[in-house]
Amino acid sequence: MVDIADTQNKASAPDTAVSERRPLPRWMITLASIVVMLTLWEVFGRRINPVFGSYPSAIAVAFWELVVTGQLWSALYDSLRPFLLGYALAILIGVPLGLLIGGFRVAEAALGVYITAGYAMPLVALVPLLILWLGLGFAVKVAVVFLMALFPICINTWLGVVAVPKTLIEVGKSFVAPDFVILRRIVLPATLPYIMAGIRLAVGRAVVAMVIAEFFTTISGLGAVIINSANNFDTATMFVPIIILMLMAVGLNWLIGFVERRVAPWQAEIAGRDRE
Amino acid sequence: MGEVTFLEVSKRFSLRVDNEVHHVQALDRVSFTVRDGEIVALIGPSGCGKTTALRVAMGLDPASGGRVTVDGREIHGCGHDRGMVFQHAELLPWLSALQNVMFGLEMKGMRGTALRETAEKYLHLVGLKDSQNRRPHQLSGGMKQRVGIARALAIDPKVLLMDEPFGALDAQTRESMQAELLDIHARTGKTILFVTHDLDEAVLIADRIVVMKNGRVQEVMNVPLKRPRPDLGIVRGTPEFAETRYKVWRAIHDDAPTVH
Repeated sequence: MVDIADTQNKASAPDTAVSERRPLPRWMITLASIVVMLTLWEVFGRRINPVFGSYPSAIAVAFWELVVTGQLWSALYDSLRPFLLGYALAILIGVPLGLLIGGFRVAEAALGVYITAGYAMPLVALVPLLILWLGLGFAVKVAVVFLMALFPICINTWLGVVAVPKTLIEVGKSFVAPDFVILRRIVLPATLPYIMAGIRLAVGRAVVAMVIAEFFTTISGLGAVIINSANNFDTATMFVPIIILMLMAVGLNWLIGFVERRVAPWQAEIAGRDRE
Repeated sequence: MGEVTFLEVSKRFSLRVDNEVHHVQALDRVSFTVRDGEIVALIGPSGCGKTTALRVAMGLDPASGGRVTVDGREIHGCGHDRGMVFQHAELLPWLSALQNVMFGLEMKGMRGTALRETAEKYLHLVGLKDSQNRRPHQLSGGMKQRVGIARALAIDPKVLLMDEPFGALDAQTRESMQAELLDIHARTGKTILFVTHDLDEAVLIADRIVVMKNGRVQEVMNVPLKRPRPDLGIVRGTPEFAETRYKVWRAIHDDAPTVH
């Protein structure tokens, strides 16, 4: 709702700028909200038993300790490496698979059921099995991230292909475009916004997958830091990776949104969304 | 040259409604000819098969019986000898106006500088020289349809097939587009077969009108209006216009063929 109101303000700005007071910029309101939030947390957090809660300044100290001892960097490295590999694999396999299933009736009938099932089922249930197969290290994290990111990417690509307007394909046909040209020059660009939406959906799931894998294995990575400090009742330290994970997910979401606007700019323009 | 002939063309669809298969006879032995350089309007109530006839002529739908020929040669599927203008322009939204026109030319195998020059030439013809870099969503409905016309004309087809090309436009834009189509026709001499449900449009633009009903050709009528028709406002005021319009109206609304 705020978004809509804000867009309208911007649209009408030239007419009303003279007569009306300029509203506060959005980032200032956001910043003020964060400052208030942190202050409240600091004030009330100090009254809570440090086993059950923590507060910003204590978390900052814990953060600094993790930085100095180098624990944070090795944990980040151990988390990000399998995360990026699993996620990249999910894109590399999910997109072509989705195109295939969406584009060919036989592929849809033969494979669609697995994709739907894989998307619907709680893949967390598979983690113990994957640990049995792949051990507690790098491979199992890659596998969990891959599996949880694959299905949303694949299913979105598939839906995207199905949603390509029939008339656009007929445009290709009426100009005697061969099937593979229609696929590359009409179906793929028309599907791009769906693919990007799938990739964006998958990033949240992939972060969750990474943490879950590390909770189960508890040997390395940010997830292990959370579990280990929780076991030591070191709540302040536990918050550090939590906050880092949050920032990471937000950052990745933003990055993908940025790429989305670069790859499929017409989509945002058609929808009349802000391009900032 | 560009002569399109429908010879006993039939088209049956099967529809499954509540586990019952219904057969729809969309076209029933349709025969008529569009002569070289002529504009023919296909008109009739919705569901009469006029759009199906056009799609069969384009090669987008196969005929169940009979055949369509272009300059005596039977068509099999789509071909560069026919250019299609879609009802809602159907431009590719990720391409600019120019690139949309170039798309059709590329499919015909044109490459290099000729590709761009030809596309620009046809955008110029439809009056869009200055908007060639705009994407479809930055164009008005009329401009989109001009790009659609340019895209179809650019491949230099023998026949232009138009499916209610101005049906989605507002009345004023429609009128200016009709005049522009006549102008383009005067300059290119293309054979045009167009589908419309607008009586005025059919009479204003066409040389002959094919009235369809229930998948059959009800009547083929000549339009006794001279070419060129530079001012359609004046044409509208002529007795010939009113008379023809009435005759077509009768043909559409009467079940029995009109006697005149």
